[in-house]
Amino acid sequence: MKRIAAKFEDLKKKQKKALITYITAGDPDLATTAELVLTLEKAGADIVELGIPFSDPLADGPVIQRAAQRSLQAGTTLRKVFELVEKLRKRTQIPLVFLIYYNQVLQFGLNEFVARCDQVGIDGVIIPDLPLEERTELLEIIKGGNYLVDLIPLVAPTSDQRVASIVNNATGFVYCVSSTGVTGQRDSFSAELQDFVAKVKEATDIPAAIGFGISSVASVKQLKDYADGLIIGSAIIKEMEETLNDNNQSQLQKQVHQFVSSLRQALDS
Amino acid sequence: MSGVKLSEAKKFVGRFGEFGGQFVPETLMNALIELEAEFEKVRDDQQFRLEYLYYLEHYCGRPTSLYFAENLTNYYNKAKIYLKREDLNHTGAHKINNVIGQILLAKRMGKKRIIAETGAGQHGVATATACAMFGLDCEVYMGAEDVKRQALNVFRMELLGAKVISVTSGTATLKDATNEAIRDWVTNVADTYYVIGSVVGPHPYPTIVREFQRIIGDETKAQILEKEDRLPDYLVACVGGGSNAMGMFYPFVADSSVQLIGVEAAGFGLDTKQHAAAIAKGTVGVLHGMLTYLLQDEDGQILPVHSISAGLDYPGIGPEHAYLHKAGRASYVSVTDQQALAAFHRLSNVEGIIPALESAHALAYLEDLMPKTRKDQIVVVNLSGRGDKDVHTVAKAMEEGI
Repeated sequence: MKRIAAKFEDLKKKQKKALITYITAGDPDLATTAELVLTLEKAGADIVELGIPFSDPLADGPVIQRAAQRSLQAGTTLRKVFELVEKLRKRTQIPLVFLIYYNQVLQFGLNEFVARCDQVGIDGVIIPDLPLEERTELLEIIKGGNYLVDLIPLVAPTSDQRVASIVNNATGFVYCVSSTGVTGQRDSFSAELQDFVAKVKEATDIPAAIGFGISSVASVKQLKDYADGLIIGSAIIKEMEETLNDNNQSQLQKQVHQFVSSLRQALDS
Repeated sequence: MSGVKLSEAKKFVGRFGEFGGQFVPETLMNALIELEAEFEKVRDDQQFRLEYLYYLEHYCGRPTSLYFAENLTNYYNKAKIYLKREDLNHTGAHKINNVIGQILLAKRMGKKRIIAETGAGQHGVATATACAMFGLDCEVYMGAEDVKRQALNVFRMELLGAKVISVTSGTATLKDATNEAIRDWVTNVADTYYVIGSVVGPHPYPTIVREFQRIIGDETKAQILEKEDRLPDYLVACVGGGSNAMGMFYPFVADSSVQLIGVEAAGFGLDTKQHAAAIAKGTVGVLHGMLTYLLQDEDGQILPVHSISAGLDYPGIGPEHAYLHKAGRASYVSVTDQQALAAFHRLSNVEGIIPALESAHALAYLEDLMPKTRKDQIVVVNLSGRGDKDVHTVAKAMEEGI
């Protein structure tokens, strides 16, 4: 069974929600990323999203933009991230998902990208600038090669009648964008979010997770019953940023561990 | 003006050959679908066309003249040179043509808040102008680098009541201003209309902008037929994103005797890393919602670009240009900062017209083109904008001895 599906099935049995955590690969360097993935798992993350840094991340807010800048300055490339994952797979079986902009997939080569994901053990791919209308070619490659990687679709509060087509035949989980806008903290969530996610869940049998703007224990508690999982990214990077100037690796790992543990507790409460 | 038809072009699809498309976050997809539907409606709506043409004629001063540049013609002593005087438009460039069309579209769609990106500031000024007239809120994203080198246009936008947001992310130029405008649109999509300033971005924008700019080519065609009773042999226009060139070229695409030449910015030279020649040096990729030629590295990171002209300082090119290039229908050449500056001075001295540095790129290519022409031929250069905004840049370049 594929890792993401197995993870959600396991969580369902335990009557738990999925904690999906995002970090930008190579921020501030790839060695830190490798350790962070293990830290996130220990702190209670169920799935880890690795952002591939891009020069023009138009779906991201300032926090993840900064992370991408730091990572690019450190010389991170997709090739190096694949190598990192290949090594990481000897140490963890946690489901790993890429958050990657389409141009990077295109330059790597669609076939090569999917094959390499499959080879190193990347379980899912989220491409924020690849909507329904443009995804056919990539989906056909995945299907044609019987690759295990899931193309995780995004649905937005503005998707309306598009939801059914977007989630049709989708695998992995559905990424529900909490509200219009880019990644990063929201002060509050719309009252319609619950209905929106419920509508998505009606349209598909695979799990649905909410992301964009979930930044605190309070927001985790508010949203946890709406969906099968919650995705937290910018808030984790902000925690990391607090320690970056000290250049203290164990402090960084500790801070992230503490924060993610608190999210886990909130999610399980 | 009656010869101008918005609706005669065949129904568009989202791609120009392989180029174009809609590579945007899902949040924007329904907004793009609505925009396309609304545009399809107005395209065949006589009332809308009359309103658009009314403002272009009475507010912007169209039709702009097709001026026989006799002195410049004598200077080269080859083909006859005509200048399409888009510099005579209200606000000083062709950008207003597109803005009037899109703002009328935004009004029809009930949008009260307008955002735009701008490089040189001409599109920002045009948008601020139309928003002032139509009573709409206007915010313009502009790279911090461009805010510095185009201070006059920043002041003009603010005078017109627009808020100028200085963008410091990335390379702090047009590409980053576009990123930031898209981020704003993703956030405020319910009440905000994004007026894209060039034939770039996700479908349907490249088509919408072309249709609102094709008035340049439609007028040129009617004017040259009246003056010369024949079509021109060459059309020359500068290309950043490519809206003035697309507007000029489009009505002539089916006229195979007319050579279409787009002039890219070669900055310090194509053999350096500091240029903005996406067709000459780019590879196919996706940026700002479109598949097109981009200046990027092998990992798909967009490269910093350079041109002395802020309006050409963009790492991509409109997808329809990419298509015309690949199909071999238009040819794309480039000129350096230095060549553009020389042309800037030449036109100022010879014709008493100070061109925008963008337009000076098109004029600079005459140095290569004219010796190859014959006296019985006709060259039309799109003089896309006037150069007042650039005098500080040019003065500085002169001081530095460029």
